[in-house]
Amino acid sequence: MAATPGAGLRGPRAPGRRRPAGRPARPPQPGAVVGVAAAVLLLLAAIAPPQLQVNLTVFALAIVIGYYVIGHVHHALHTPLMSVTNAISGIIVVGALLQVGQSPAITVVASVAVLLASVNVVGGFAVTRRMLAMFTRS
Amino acid sequence: MSIVSLSVAAYLVAALLFVLALAGLSRHESARRGNGFGIAGMAVAVAATVLLALDDGVDALGAVLVVVAVVLGGAIGLRLAARVQMTGMPELIALLHSFVGLAAVLVGWNGYLHVEAHPGGAAAAGLDALGLLGVHSAEVFVGVFVGGVTVTGSVVANLKLSARIRSAPLVLPGKNLINLGALVAFAVLTVWFTVAPQLWLLVAVTVLALALGWHLVASIGGGDMPVVVSMLNSYSGWAAAASGFLLDNDLLIIVGALVGSSGAYLSYVMCTAMNRSFLSVIAGGFGIEAPQSGEGPAGEHRETTAEAVADLLANASSVVIAPGYGMAVAQAQHPVAQLDARLRARGVQVRYAIHPVAGRLPGT
Repeated sequence: MAATPGAGLRGPRAPGRRRPAGRPARPPQPGAVVGVAAAVLLLLAAIAPPQLQVNLTVFALAIVIGYYVIGHVHHALHTPLMSVTNAISGIIVVGALLQVGQSPAITVVASVAVLLASVNVVGGFAVTRRMLAMFTRS
Repeated sequence: MSIVSLSVAAYLVAALLFVLALAGLSRHESARRGNGFGIAGMAVAVAATVLLALDDGVDALGAVLVVVAVVLGGAIGLRLAARVQMTGMPELIALLHSFVGLAAVLVGWNGYLHVEAHPGGAAAAGLDALGLLGVHSAEVFVGVFVGGVTVTGSVVANLKLSARIRSAPLVLPGKNLINLGALVAFAVLTVWFTVAPQLWLLVAVTVLALALGWHLVASIGGGDMPVVVSMLNSYSGWAAAASGFLLDNDLLIIVGALVGSSGAYLSYVMCTAMNRSFLSVIAGGFGIEAPQSGEGPAGEHRETTAEAVADLLANASSVVIAPGYGMAVAQAQHPVAQLDARLRARGVQVRYAIHPVAGRLPGT
């Protein structure tokens, strides 16, 4: 509990220093942003080889899904969400597994990557489970 | 139905399970189910990949190393998760991020060793026929760069959160120029590597990424670490997506983009909750410095005792409790709940003042 009423939540501002940017800059017009982004994306995808075009399609759609799926996450769940996305980013283990067997040197390096990613996956999901166990309604 | 088509189908199911995992974690009622979906998705993805590898024919060395790696890695992960204190969560998450970043760097290096290191080899020729050789080189470079930034950035975040280095931001002269210069150097090196892939370029970009990651996070004050950890989470997602591009694996791309995008949006949400500019935090305090927390406190310093506080509370008509790190460390939440009940029984109005990112990462 706070016992020193004078100190602010983030500490004092030194006298004479410019106020830190809490006030956001005027945002650019949404129409212009969409227009520029669409033009860049069109150019990029048009010159890409077919395989890359498929990859880019999947990439773009997944980004949009990621944004909307956690659009309304409750504040109290921010930390478990960070923990589970950390565990899910261990999906890199799939990439490392696919590289095993390409050559002895590659296999050794890939195995190290598999080890690191396994720590992440198992540890990440276990930590999330522990966190969520604390959210029981009494 | 071949093994390959079965595994592609399994990848699709895994990707959807991961989407359900994220959706589940957005609400309390479905949170635990969401975690379960995530585990299921990972199991399906790994099983499908192992099936693919077995179908391809795997040699003894590879099989042994992978089994050892998975078992050892899983055991280490379980041990770390079981032993960590709640107040040690943020540094553990930061440490785990560095592992994913490092794995992405290794995957990128493997991509180079497989393709660009043998310009006349079968893999390179195959890609060249599809017009994808230059793209592959660029993807290797991007994967190694983003992964490298994640590695050192996460290690520095871990050290700051566990108070092993100063939490005050490191303010090098011209730090914005340093960051921008690093990005420009990365762009130049990428173009060079795409045109003429050479080993020293890959080494250079790895070193550059490691240095940039260190500098970026070292320049951010300890108070902003929750946002930084979320941003590093996002970076590790982009690194995984880059690996997906270079391996032409849609699952990696989808999941990497999911993690990257959700991590970035979560960082933005946390920044607006703190009323700070998102750009100023992620660019390593670009332009605007984080408030110095090391200077002397302003205002009066008042000490008190338990008896004096009890006296104050007994005579108060309205109490506002601001829970903080101290309560977490002292494990005082149950006594506080009892205090709340007793105060309310006496007719005192009890309210709670909660900082927008309090409890986001206990320990910061």
